[in-house]
Order: sequence, then structure tokens, then C-alpha cells
Amino acid sequence: MTRRQRRLALIGVAGVVLAVAVALVLNALRDTIVFFNSPTDIVEKHVGPGTRIRLGGVVAAGSVVRSDNLNVTFQVTDGSNTIAVAYQGILPDLFREGQGVIAEGALDAAGGFKADTVLAKHDEKYMPKEVADALKKQGHWKEESGRNGLVPAGTPPAAAPAPKS
Amino acid sequence: MIPEIGHFALILALALALVQSLVPLIGARRGDASLMAVADVTAPAQAGFTALSFACLVTCYVVSDFSVAVVFENSHSAMPAIYRFTSVWGNHEGSMLLWVLILSVFGALVALAARNVPASFKATALAVQAWIAAAFYLFILTTSNPFARLSPAPFEGRDLNPILQDLGLAVHPPLLYLGYVGFSIAFSFAVAALIEGRINAAWARFVRPWVLLAWMCLTLGIAMGSYWAYYELGWGGWWFWDPVENASLMPWLVGTALLHSAVVMEKREALKVWTILLAILAFSLSLIGTFLVRSGVLTSVHAFATDPARGVFILAILILFIGGALALFAWRAPLLRQGGLFAPVSREGALVLNNLFIITACATVFVGTLYPLALEAFTGEKISVGAPFFNITFGPLFIPLLVAVPFGPLLAWKRADLAGVAQRLSAAYVVALLGIGATFALQGYPVLPALGVGLAMFVMAGSVIDLVERTSLLRAPLATAWRRARGLPRSNWGTALAHFGLGVCLLGIIGETQWGAEKIVTMKPHDKVALRTYEFQYEGSTSRTGPNYRETVAKFTVRHNREVIGLMEPSRRAFPSRGSSTTEAALMTRGLSQLYVSLGEQADDGSLAVRIYHKPMVLLIWLGAVLMAMGGGLSLSDRRLRVGAPRPAKARGALQPAE
Repeated sequence: MTRRQRRLALIGVAGVVLAVAVALVLNALRDTIVFFNSPTDIVEKHVGPGTRIRLGGVVAAGSVVRSDNLNVTFQVTDGSNTIAVAYQGILPDLFREGQGVIAEGALDAAGGFKADTVLAKHDEKYMPKEVADALKKQGHWKEESGRNGLVPAGTPPAAAPAPKS
Repeated sequence: MIPEIGHFALILALALALVQSLVPLIGARRGDASLMAVADVTAPAQAGFTALSFACLVTCYVVSDFSVAVVFENSHSAMPAIYRFTSVWGNHEGSMLLWVLILSVFGALVALAARNVPASFKATALAVQAWIAAAFYLFILTTSNPFARLSPAPFEGRDLNPILQDLGLAVHPPLLYLGYVGFSIAFSFAVAALIEGRINAAWARFVRPWVLLAWMCLTLGIAMGSYWAYYELGWGGWWFWDPVENASLMPWLVGTALLHSAVVMEKREALKVWTILLAILAFSLSLIGTFLVRSGVLTSVHAFATDPARGVFILAILILFIGGALALFAWRAPLLRQGGLFAPVSREGALVLNNLFIITACATVFVGTLYPLALEAFTGEKISVGAPFFNITFGPLFIPLLVAVPFGPLLAWKRADLAGVAQRLSAAYVVALLGIGATFALQGYPVLPALGVGLAMFVMAGSVIDLVERTSLLRAPLATAWRRARGLPRSNWGTALAHFGLGVCLLGIIGETQWGAEKIVTMKPHDKVALRTYEFQYEGSTSRTGPNYRETVAKFTVRHNREVIGLMEPSRRAFPSRGSSTTEAALMTRGLSQLYVSLGEQADDGSLAVRIYHKPMVLLIWLGAVLMAMGGGLSLSDRRLRVGAPRPAKARGALQPAE
């Protein structure tokens, strides 16, 4: 083989690997990404039941109800709209009423949100950025309610999901 | 007074860096030896002043001087002394100072250790190193001054974030930074090579130890972070594909590729241009990693808006160094002479394949990590790209790489006999098949985990065969094999050990993800829960007081086949100074597996939410990473790579086996 042929062979192999990677990425982006929505987004965009989304907002004060088998219900609000969330499992350490939360799951037919993962941020002063933005959009944002907590280099998760129940 | 000394020392370091970024470069262009030699003085002096500055900051923390803003924000007088020390880098300002400290110390080491490098080359590289250092000193001094004072001084600090009050996390950032910054040496020498317009095998010989060192530290740093997340976050996960983790994984991947391509360059003078590009990319990703984590961009692109000065400065540094280096590469790389020829089936070819897969896998991680940021910046749409994305993109690209690993070291340089190598690996196929068969017999369907075990076995057996072949253990008398084993370069042992570690790590990942068991229950005192062959009895809770927290400790008696095997004491700690709490999981190691108990909240009726896990083979994940780092260490101790080591005498060299 000449240098030129070798280079062509190399470029060919690289092209194939890259094509496979691009196909994998595009396919994965279609199937695995999850959109973030505030309660208002859900009401306005008419998100259908069964679509996986992330719901972010503030846990409404006095809304957390715990029952047997680690079942818990609470309401997530952005000040304008409120969605009821049902979850089974252990909530993260930083889950509090009146503080920011992100729940991942899907709406059920009745319009309630069934979460399989609940995320709360590490630093208790920290309001998830998405939630803060959503609150700002709804005009319910107070500057002191969120302060960006500094997480150290390589701290693995900015948010610690509770495991699926 | 002490903070001001620290501040002033940092300004002096900046001044020295500015001198070093110009004078040696001019000297190198003019061939003026005295101008070039300036870097030999400024680099160690710079390191000295940065070390003084860092020592001042440490002193402020240790004596709890709350008039210094970062100390007030991140420390507390009741905190144990060790955490008062480690909280120095538990925040943006301090960690940036640690970053430049490591950078300047590495620069000083290059200045002192690089005797076998052409003077103009070394001077240029040290100038490039000084550009980086100067940019960071400026960044710290103008936007993130760790010595800013508060007036009046508060009486008490706000305490360090409780989850950071942990030894694992105390050593994790310095290790990561050693890795990130270690790649700066490769970067500086790559840029110097481009400026000088020439490059040869000596370049790789000089740069490779630094890359190895950086790679080892990064490997250990990532493993440490992963283990910390596992035991500290209380739900047993060890890798989340979180952007912050990906930020450290990407430089690691490119660093791994660089390590391999530098071998080709050193031995065969091939892949020169590609190696230069990788050296630039490895440090670029380290920069991106540092800033992604440090700037808060990851939580949202809008985090830039919260501190515009910092954000703009960060962007400017990224554009200047990454863009500048890549532009220089595009302009000057064609000048570098082509290297040695090789057939597609050869050690070089295998290493090219290795690079191709690693870089492509890294690119998918890059896309997954930065796509949400780009999408939000351009459309405002917020998405999250989670573990499923990475599992289905990264996984398929890494599997062919793992399959190829055992072949690589057995292939000959230049032109190799693939059929012969495939034949020499026959024992590895047998081991892999036995692994698949045994796993399938024990666990049954699904088949995929069994195949994974087979792959891990194949990788491990392959590295053993590599050593057996090199020492001709089975073909020659034992004495000969022993002699050959002793004569075998340490880098060969290092390669085999690191590849073995890769297999070990894979085995651990499969074990933990496929056969782990978990139970989440509410328990009242004296309740029992069974998990697999283990039984956990909740004995009740007691309260304890720590130095800066109160904790509730739950006691669990653990039985295995009705025999008591021990007591596990998970706890929840409340930190009054921050009003927050942490979960301290209890771990019990059984061979390579672990039992894991962590606590959730306590209900009003006294019942306690408990998470119990059985994690089979989980320790192999980190053991594998440690083996990889040890392999790197063995390679590093190879006499051919030792910086400044005299060349081995001819007679001793003759004993080295042919490769």
C-alpha cells in the first residue's frame, strides 16, 4: 500500500466509526432527553400523559403528606399554577417545604404527576437554576430566595436523585 | 497582615509570569542563551511566591481569621483542624489558587528537570506555561481574590458545606487538579513544537512522563470522587454521568489516547501531528472541565449573568488558549515532517484504532454534556441529558475498544501478523468462554451480563498472556523466564497491569449494576428485614454530639445465615451552623462486595426510612482504577522515562528483550 492508500483506509475507518457515533448520538438524543417544565408550562403546553418530563418548582408549604410504604404526595408550584406530585421512596436530605425541587416522571391520565425520581440540590441555599428561571418568568422571584452554592471540583452530582422506587 | 502578604506574593508571581512569558521567547528566537535562561530562574521563583500565597491562605483558615471573606464563607471555628485546612480548596477562590500553585510547581519542575531538551525548545515551552499562569493569576486577582477582607470582621464563620467535610473529598480536588494541570506541560511543549516548527521522538520521550503522571492523578482523582459519591450521598450510586463528572472524564479519555499515541511517536516517530493535537485537546478539555465546574455554567448558562466579570474572563481564557492553540496548530502543523510508515495491521495501527474509539467516545460525552447548554443558550429550551443517553452512546463505542485491548500489546511494530496474535490469545478465549459459561450457569438469563463478564475476563487474560509471552514463561525453562521477567522494561509491566485493571473495573461495573439488590423500607425498633442471605435487625437509635454537628445513629445487627456478622451504624448528621443535614451511610465489606445501609427521614411514630443495598463485586470498580494508576506508576518508574536519568550502559541495554 502506498502512503496515500493507507491514509485513505484510515480516513475510511475513522469515517465509519464517526458515522456510527453520530447515529448513536442522534438516536439517543431523540429517545433519552427529558424536557424541563414548570407547572405553568405543563398547563400551557398541554403536555400529554405518559411523556417523560422534569417538573420543577417550589414545594408548596403545608402540602407534603406522608402515608404508609414511603408513599408521599406534595404540590409543586411556580406561584401561578400548581401540580400535585405522587412519589414512593425516600426523599433527598434537602427536600423541604418552600424550597426548590425537581421531580422526574410523567403525568397520569388524571392530570397528577407521578414521579419516579426527586432531585434536590446539595446546598440548602441553592435554588435549582431552572426553577429560579421559571419563578422569575412568573414574577414570583425574590433575589434572596436563591443563592448559587458553590460545589467543589468534580463533585459528582449537582443533584442527587433519590433512587427509583 | 497575613492575607495582605498572600495577596502581594500573588501579584509578584504574576509579575514574574509576565516576564517569563516574553523574555525566554525572545531569547529562543534570537538564540540568546542568557535570555532563555531567565525562565530557569523565574519559574521556580514564581512557584515560591505562589506557594507563599497559598500558605498565607491556609494560615487564615487554620487560625480562623473570619475577616477574610472566603474563610468566613467556608469555615467555622468548631470545625476539626483537618477540615479547616481542606476547606481552603472547598470553594471557587481557594481552588483556583490551588490550581495555579500546582501549575507553577510543575513549571518549576520543568525548569529544573529538563536537561535533555534543546534550550530554545525548553525556553519556548516555559514561556507558554507562563502565559497560562499569567492568565490565571490575573483571573484570580481581578475576579476571585481569595484575600478580600470583610469589615467589620464577623465573629463566626458560616461553616463548610457538610457534605464536603469528608476526607475522601478533601484529597479529591488536589488529585484532579494534579491531573488537569499535568496536561498543561504536554500542552506547552506541543505549542512550543508548533512555534519551533520541529518535533521528534525526543519530544514524546520528554512529555510522556508528565502525561503519565497527570493521567495517574486524574485516574485516582476520578475514582476517589466516585467512591465519595457512593458513600456520602447515601444512595449507593457511583457514577451519575453528571456534567461535573463528565468534565473530568473527558480529559481523562483524551489523556489516555495521548498516552498511547505518544508511545507510537516515541518508538516509531509516527503520528506526530496527531499527538500534538491530542496534547492540545487534553489540556483544552482540562480547562473546560475546570471552568465548567468552577464557573457554575453547568447549572445554567445564565450563571454567567450572576457574575458577568468572571464569566467573560473565563470565556476569554478558553477562547484565547484553546482557539489560539488550535489556530496555531492549523497554521504550523503542515510544517512538521511526516513520520514512519506502518501497515494497518501493526502495533501502530492498533494504537490508532484505540485513539479513534477513545476520541469518538469522548466526543459523544462532549455532545451529551454541552448540548443542553447550547440548546438553552440558543433556544431557551431546557432539557436534561441523563445516564440513558451516555449508556447507549458511550457503551457501544467502548465495547469494540475493550475487545481490541488484548490484541494491541501482542502486535508487532510496523507490520504484524494478526492471525498469529489471534492464535496466541487462544487461552484468553477459553478464559472468556469459561467466564460466560460460569456466569450463565449461576445467574441464567439475561445473556448480556454474562457476555460482559466474558469480555472482562478476556481483557484480564489478555494482559496476563502479554506478560507470559514476553517472558516466554511456558516455552522456556523457568530460570530463563525469570531472567526475562527481570529484564522486562517496567513499562511493559505497567501496560499489562493497567489493562488488567481495566478488566477488573469492568467486572465490578457489571457485578454492581446487574446483580445488586436493594430494599427501601420503614422500620421500627426490633424490626427485621431480609435481603438475599442477609438479615438486618434495627435495634434503635441513639444521639451523639460531634464537634460541629449532632447525629442520630441507628444500630443494625446484621446476620448472615442466622449468624451475627456485625453491627452497622448509619447516621444522619445535622449541622446547626448551616441548618442542613447529611446522611452517613454504613458500609460492611464482605470480600469484594459490600453491604450498604443509609437512613432516610424519621416519621413521627418513631419509624425510620431505611435503604439497604447488597452490592456484589462493587469494590472491583475502584480497585480496577487503582490498578490502572499503579500500572501508570510502574511505567513512570521505567528507567527509559525517568527524567534526567542517565542512559543505561550498553551492556545492560543488550539484556533488554527485543520487542
